[in-house]
Amino acid sequence: MLYFIGLGLYDEKDISIKGIEAIKAADIVYAEFYTAKLFGTTISSIKDMMGVNIKVLGRAEVEGENIPIKDADKMNVAFLCAGDPLIATTHSDMMIEAKKRGIETMIVHSSSILSAAPGLAGLQAYKFGKVTTIPFPEENYFPHSPYMVIKANMDINAHTLVLLDIKVDGNRYMNANQGLEYLLKVEDEMGENLILEDTLAVVIARAGSQNPVIRADKIRKLIDEDFGGPLHSLIIPSDLHFMEAEYLVLVGGAPEEILE
Amino acid sequence: MIAKIKELMYQPPFIRNIGIVAHIDHGKTTLSDNLLAGAGMISAELAGDQLYLDFDVQERERGITIDAANVSMVHKYKDDEYLINLIDTPGHVDFGGDVTRAMRAVDGAVVVVCAVEGIMPQTETVLRQALKEKVRPVLFINKVDRLINELKLSADELQERFIKIIANGNKLIKSMAPEEFRKDWLAKVDDGSVAFGSAYHNWAINVPIMQKTGITFKDIYEHCREEKQKELAEKVPIHNVLLGMVVEHLPSPEIAQKYRVPHIWSGDIESEEGQGMINTDPDAPLAAMVTDVSIDKHAGEIATGRVYGGTIEKGTEIYFVGSMGKARTQQVGVYMGPERINTDKVPAGNIVAITGARNALAGETLTNYGRKIDAFEGLEHISEPVVTVAVEAKSTKDLPKLIEVLRQVGKEDPTVKVEINEETGEHLISGMGELHLEIIAYRIDEKGVEIETSEPIVVYRETIAGKAGPVEGKSPNKHNRFYIVIEPLERSVYDAIQEGTIKEGRVKGKELVAKFIEHGLEKQEARRVWDVYHRCLFLNMTRGIQYLDEIKELLMDGFESAMYDGPIAREKVTGIKIKLMDAKIHEDAVHRGPAQVLPAIRRAIYGSMMMANPTILEPIQKVFINVPQDYMGASTREMQNRRGQIGNMTQEGDMVTVESKVPVAEMFGFAGDIRSAAEGRCLWSTENAGFEKLPTELQKKIIREIRERKGLSSEPYGPDHYIG
Repeated sequence: MLYFIGLGLYDEKDISIKGIEAIKAADIVYAEFYTAKLFGTTISSIKDMMGVNIKVLGRAEVEGENIPIKDADKMNVAFLCAGDPLIATTHSDMMIEAKKRGIETMIVHSSSILSAAPGLAGLQAYKFGKVTTIPFPEENYFPHSPYMVIKANMDINAHTLVLLDIKVDGNRYMNANQGLEYLLKVEDEMGENLILEDTLAVVIARAGSQNPVIRADKIRKLIDEDFGGPLHSLIIPSDLHFMEAEYLVLVGGAPEEILE
Repeated sequence: MIAKIKELMYQPPFIRNIGIVAHIDHGKTTLSDNLLAGAGMISAELAGDQLYLDFDVQERERGITIDAANVSMVHKYKDDEYLINLIDTPGHVDFGGDVTRAMRAVDGAVVVVCAVEGIMPQTETVLRQALKEKVRPVLFINKVDRLINELKLSADELQERFIKIIANGNKLIKSMAPEEFRKDWLAKVDDGSVAFGSAYHNWAINVPIMQKTGITFKDIYEHCREEKQKELAEKVPIHNVLLGMVVEHLPSPEIAQKYRVPHIWSGDIESEEGQGMINTDPDAPLAAMVTDVSIDKHAGEIATGRVYGGTIEKGTEIYFVGSMGKARTQQVGVYMGPERINTDKVPAGNIVAITGARNALAGETLTNYGRKIDAFEGLEHISEPVVTVAVEAKSTKDLPKLIEVLRQVGKEDPTVKVEINEETGEHLISGMGELHLEIIAYRIDEKGVEIETSEPIVVYRETIAGKAGPVEGKSPNKHNRFYIVIEPLERSVYDAIQEGTIKEGRVKGKELVAKFIEHGLEKQEARRVWDVYHRCLFLNMTRGIQYLDEIKELLMDGFESAMYDGPIAREKVTGIKIKLMDAKIHEDAVHRGPAQVLPAIRRAIYGSMMMANPTILEPIQKVFINVPQDYMGASTREMQNRRGQIGNMTQEGDMVTVESKVPVAEMFGFAGDIRSAAEGRCLWSTENAGFEKLPTELQKKIIREIRERKGLSSEPYGPDHYIG
């Protein structure tokens, strides 16, 4: 049996009771924190709360050596990760592999940035298009596709949730300011007049915590603001429904002109 | 003379930049010395014995030239004075890189050919290097006295011999010269673009001089027979005749730059700097190319180069176009053998020595700081390293210094590849042959670091003998998949890359398409080449795959890294063609970054190579041995014992020339063995001849040896390891 268990967004208390029960039923508990990390807690407090030992695996152990799958052939394995386990990760591959091997599986959901961010921002989930992630630029890798996704969404009048790269190994978490700069740089190269200093954007920081930040404003204003520690995400809204606009003004401090 | 040099530097019609090139031991350095003596720069008595330009201790001891050495001198011809900037180059095959670089600095070359041996393999190589750079050759047939006194040829036979050498030389010029000069650049007896004489005895003559002085063939013949060569040296001194030939037949920079600049510089000729070079204009923007870097104990790094446009001045900031660095020139000047004479300025059309050009590398383009110009074409070295030694410092206190010295050595001689491993302290230097590496090791010692070197190791190559595919390579997260087909690269395309007709590098634009087709690539493939690397091609045969464009550079990075470090024994890969047939790519940019794409394409390539009959290639040398007939048997046995294949044999009097092809791996210690086999009566030379398949029965053994030496598991991984 292989349990995929979501740990949710922020601290050890985001896991569901069903998740805790599954952990208790497992013979061995693995976790990965290379796709995301819980900022409101530590691995040892997660262990303390669950009262079990948790072995943290690196990317090579999960994707290369397939350790959780191999063990699940013989025993009950719980595999933990941040968020909702099969959303915004590439773990569907593990699910396929488990099915091929005839291993029973179960998914235990938890909160995900994919629902938390639109919710916090008061934007209607029905109006979102494709999700995209801005990667840290590397040698020979500065993709324009996040910008192109925003453009494609705008064309069908859809909002875009923009996730920001994290490199847990290097302890690097892209902040909203870096994300906006990335988009402005692509704008410089593409020149489509899509992301301008006057464009409205929403910053979500530390979703799932006691005091999440929700800020909506023109990029010009946001680009130098300090939103505090990670994790950050962005939303580039398309045309706003009047309820959405009112929400952004009241909750996110957006300029009142967006109400018109 | 300095004042005169400074004056003539500004008169391009009165400048000649020339190189002296030849097969080893044909007498270049002796000739250069005599030219210097004639110009009053060393005593005439000493010239010939002195080997003034061989100023390295090693060069004198071994009796060969290792580095290209430079000298400027003034020569009076008819009523005018000319500035001759001369570069003497090495002839030994191990130092071929020096010749390539020197040819970039000059416009003309004196090709010295020994009358006894005639045109030899290295003569062909240096001639090819010159003509490829559009450097015009003239011929000097040397050691004529030996034909008369040692081989006892008659006057008629002497003439026949000359005609044969000239015809052979012209055959090469005709086949390799730039098309527009194929006729004009042939060496012609009548117009005096061929001379003959004896560099050692300090005389030379050509037909126009014979007509002028009334000296006949018969006179020469008798002077040599009767040991009256001193008289000849007075009547027709070599420096007069040869420098006269140089002035008359080799082009001035003013003429040569008009056709050489478009050939070696790909920038816009109509631009300010382009016109400056075409017109050899000292007031134009600076455009110079570094052709050599040496390290002077006192002055530090000295860069030698050719100024094509503008003027380089002392105390100014210069910009390195390739590395985007800058430096302030401390001194600029010209060479007088081992010394440099500072002149404060060196204008277009001259060869310059720059002190203070820190971190310049051979091949670098220089301009004024704050300017932007296109770079000169890269210097292509015809031969590539085939032998490696591991170097360690004898004493641990020298560890940091050794690294510095190794970096210097790599800068001074770009044909040396230095791999520094700070973790193990075992560094690798690779070069053209055993001798080359011995010299390098000696130089390191000389720079004050005592080292221990391993036995020389041969550099191998990996390739495939079969086809495979489509083979699937997955990214670590399994969400990206690449499908490739792999096959041996067409031989004609491989050769064209080897010869430099097709340039290596990532393909930009459509210019190369016609060349690929011309050299035998199918039309639909020719249009789809992404990258040429280590004589391997990477082609994109897919159409309309979303996001492929964003990871194109990463795929090429992965391809290149796989070709740098093959799956059989982590040697370089060569001669394969990889076609990307299909790609499945994740929607989101973070799930298809370098960490996913690089391993995915590498796995596809490694896996498919291991399915396509993976094969090791070994470097081969052509060996030419010249021995008396009595020793022919012993010499051919020596070659056969070394897995050698005997090729052509030609007989010339009592002497036989045996040509053979021998693996470099079997050539270690050859110098001593052939000397004893032929009891010292043997002349020999070698030429690197590319890579050939290692015999099947040796493949497994050698693969295991390389892998164990590198600390790898003794067997290579099978395809499943990469694509499972």
